Amino acid sequence: MENSSSIENTFVQNTSGHGYPSTRKGWVLRGLRDGFPICMGYFAVAFALGIEARRVGLSAFQSFLMSTGMVASAGEFAALMLIESHAGVIEMISTCIIVNLRYFLMSCSLSQKLKSSLPSIHRFGVAYCITDEIFGLSSAVPGYLEPLYSYAITFISVAGWSGGTVMGVLVGNILPASAVNALSVSLYGMFLAIIIPPAKQNRFIGGLVAVSMAVSWVFSILPLTMGISSGFKVIILTILLAGAAAVIKPIDVENET
Amino acid sequence: MTNNIYFSLLIMCLTVYMIRLLPLLFLRKPITNRFIRSFLYYVPYVTLAVMTFPAIITVTDNMWSGAAALAVGLIVAWVNGDLFVVAISCCATVFLTGFIF
Repeated sequence: MENSSSIENTFVQNTSGHGYPSTRKGWVLRGLRDGFPICMGYFAVAFALGIEARRVGLSAFQSFLMSTGMVASAGEFAALMLIESHAGVIEMISTCIIVNLRYFLMSCSLSQKLKSSLPSIHRFGVAYCITDEIFGLSSAVPGYLEPLYSYAITFISVAGWSGGTVMGVLVGNILPASAVNALSVSLYGMFLAIIIPPAKQNRFIGGLVAVSMAVSWVFSILPLTMGISSGFKVIILTILLAGAAAVIKPIDVENET
Repeated sequence: MTNNIYFSLLIMCLTVYMIRLLPLLFLRKPITNRFIRSFLYYVPYVTLAVMTFPAIITVTDNMWSGAAALAVGLIVAWVNGDLFVVAISCCATVFLTGFIF
């Protein structure tokens, strides 16, 4: 990404030649299409979240506010835990920062996909669109990101996310336990769908994913580390392992995806 | 208690939004440092891998259901890769193995 004109050339080529939209309307339609599976996946995951929200004592409306305002899976589970334990403001803020720190890292990463000249209003807008899945799609487009693409994905995804949460609160208790149990893994299925295809393409990423899972497992059984909260564990391992990966195999700046 | 919930939600929603906003707002120039660019490139893979395992086998009532869901999820993601298909395959695996384990 040395000079921006070469990026723009690549962008034009890619948008016209390799199936990526070349118009703003095209990006919106593409976003709605790409966002649809996320919407379905979010609905299933959020449903499980809604069941938990009801147990903690949130109304359907409060759950709707939480899901629409936060749009964070692990973050909202943590939020419910904090509400349940009547946590103080300091504890709420610090836990939210830790559990959601990966969004900070994703935001740093996505900042590199925005044109330097992009108006601030779009930066406020794209900031709302940073979730694991939407970030994954947004950073996968060639060249600069068209904010409308992220907005379209987010619009349809958040509809599924907030709708799922509300449905979980309203009808979650009439669902059999076996179905709730099954829904609980949908989130992890989505995570696998994001990390495995690149791991298939790139052996180093594949190895990194395997090592990350292995170390995460070791952390969960070692007496010294098993007491670490899951949010904090994600931060420690991300900094250590992504840092080590960056030292061992720095990316080729020219050919970065 | 009700007011307390609204207040808590407001605080936490704002915190999460600021985490997402600040880098986008203040990192306007391309990062040229190769290490930082590489680090940021690898972050999502490590984060999602760490969050997935071992949580996927502990979240279900029976760990073998979770392990089966992991195996099916890995295979389907490898072959197909579609978000929705992978998520549903994992759910179906837990639901069906629930009758066995």
